[in-house]
Amino acid sequence: MSKTLAEKIWDDHVVRQATGEPDLLFIDLHLLHEVTSPQAFDGLRLSGRAVRHPELTLATEDHNIPTTDLDKPIADPVSRTQVETLRRNAEEFGVRLHPMGDIEQGIVHVVGPQLGLTQPGMTIVCGDSHTSTHGAFGSIAFGIGTSEVEHVLATQTLPQAKPKMMAVEVTGQLSKGATAKDLILALIAQETTGGGQGYIVEYRGEAIRALTMEERMTICNMSIEWGAKAGLIAPDETTFEYIKGRPHAPEGEQWDEAVAYWRSLVTDDGAYFDKVVTLDAAQVTPFVTWGTNPGQGVPLSEAVPSPADFDDPIQREAAESALRYMGLEAGTPMRDIKVDTVFIGSCTNGRISDLRRAAELIKGHKVADGTRVLVVPGSVRVRLQAEEEGLDVVFKDAGAEWRGAGCSMCLGMNPDQLTPGERSASTSNRNFEGRQGKGGRTHLVSPDVAVATGVLGHLASPADLEKAGA
Amino acid sequence: MEKFTQHTGVGAPLRRSNVDTDQIIPAVYLKRVTRTGFEDGLFAAWRSDPEFVLNQDSYRDATVLVAGPDFGTGSSREHAVWALQNYGFKVVISPRFGDIFRGNSGKAGLLAAQVDDKVVAALWDYLEANPGASVSVDLEARTVSAGEGPDRIEDSFTIDDYTRWRLLEGLDDIAITLSHEDDIVAYEGRRLSFKPATL
Ligand code: SF4
Repeated sequence: MSKTLAEKIWDDHVVRQATGEPDLLFIDLHLLHEVTSPQAFDGLRLSGRAVRHPELTLATEDHNIPTTDLDKPIADPVSRTQVETLRRNAEEFGVRLHPMGDIEQGIVHVVGPQLGLTQPGMTIVCGDSHTSTHGAFGSIAFGIGTSEVEHVLATQTLPQAKPKMMAVEVTGQLSKGATAKDLILALIAQETTGGGQGYIVEYRGEAIRALTMEERMTICNMSIEWGAKAGLIAPDETTFEYIKGRPHAPEGEQWDEAVAYWRSLVTDDGAYFDKVVTLDAAQVTPFVTWGTNPGQGVPLSEAVPSPADFDDPIQREAAESALRYMGLEAGTPMRDIKVDTVFIGSCTNGRISDLRRAAELIKGHKVADGTRVLVVPGSVRVRLQAEEEGLDVVFKDAGAEWRGAGCSMCLGMNPDQLTPGERSASTSNRNFEGRQGKGGRTHLVSPDVAVATGVLGHLASPADLEKAGA
Repeated sequence: MEKFTQHTGVGAPLRRSNVDTDQIIPAVYLKRVTRTGFEDGLFAAWRSDPEFVLNQDSYRDATVLVAGPDFGTGSSREHAVWALQNYGFKVVISPRFGDIFRGNSGKAGLLAAQVDDKVVAALWDYLEANPGASVSVDLEARTVSAGEGPDRIEDSFTIDDYTRWRLLEGLDDIAITLSHEDDIVAYEGRRLSFKPATL
């Protein structure tokens, strides 16, 4: 029988199947961080259970980590407690942890792929919704709740009802001025935030094949923003190339065996998808959000929409309240929107290729007066690599702030926060009310748009930079 | 999880409907790193009111909460169930529960017993007339009862079969999964050898 890629992976992980019950799936890799794991470990302790497979478990500190004064203890007592608790738990239960100060520390979804722990054909979970990132390697990866974290720690399995299958066919090629981030933002705007609900989504087609691994991670990262259970991309030479030689990549004969298996991980001809959506990559231009959910976006060349443009009453109301919160007038050209802060980083766009691209663009420019640009690498490795290439100097020369690694302003759990009314252009993934700080107003953008915006002080693309001759 | 067959304990009448999980435990109390100790945040907004039912001596040690309809709606926080259990509650009786709250209760071993509106009304009257009186809940027979003689209240409650079975057996999801140990071991035996390990 023909199967989709996701069905193949699913079937390869079924521990037990019984009618009237969810499938019991084996979990290949369980990633942990300090915010959603404490009660799970506490649960194990209360019931006298151990971590079944510490060797399939990895913890990092990321959400609460400050990005300045790295040599001092964390100032916020609540953040400090969560981090210290994770350290105690990792020690007690024998789980490998990369704490602050460790060379492998970083955002959990940057660290896994970087170490070569994320490989094709795996099941990967983490108490964090952006676990979908790892799907870029051709794996089923999704976020789970705290009870489920405990369940995986204790059993290395998870009962799961099988989701429906969806294909996203991305035809054509991205034009020179457009990036993977623009593509996924355009897709979410097309399908709305609930469009993927109940599905595992496979991103396919010419445009997807042409993407680098880090671009594919940007795409899969945002699967959750349109409601998908998980998003994945079939592994290919690009994938194998990326994994080869990383610390946890298979070696020698194991490598050959692994690659042979990975090559079988493609959707069979004639496999059935419950739903197929298409997007023409060639039509994608720099894309930005205007509202308070990731589906409220338009091309940068357009204007803030009017609530009256929406036929659906719920969407209309959402638009009204978003405009109110964002302090925007319908009809304002997106390019006229002035921005106070630019954030380049997060598990969406905080990898080395993102920073290289941003550095290349900002080189020779200066950050606009009254605008601040924060560059936060996704991991310590990314930071060190960037420093080796001199990217930090490029950013600093341009007047941007170069920070330590972590989630930072993506969710404002550490001191990097927007103040009420402050407006940001952010390469992260969520523009929810208050996400980057109470009252903060977020526009989601690509690293390209982030840099151009930082230099010009209003939402802009690299093409605008050239035009301005700035 | 402990087996739950029946329970008898002091009943607390909570004469309110639509008690959402934000009221059960406000967000500021969610920062703890344990699954215990959330009793401090339970009904935090009402606890400063001396008239509040749990502030009265006769109800302070209650283990059965009798609430109005739509108990536990709103945010999915599991902390709401933990807070009730940490305080000492074993059973919540209500004519209607929030879906997620009911699911979370089943996972954690708190019995969410759904009864008729009139049963709640009768229990409220009885518990207010007899402060500190007990309510009994029998999960096997699916009955709730209180009082003696002509005033005796006895009625049935609903709970889904799967949750009832798990509570009676004292099985949490993890325990159920571990009952399939053979399947897990068999799978572990056939896992591909090149899969990565962190240690
Ligand atoms: S960078 Fe943002 S989205 Fe990614 S894991 Fe951290 S907080 Fe979550």
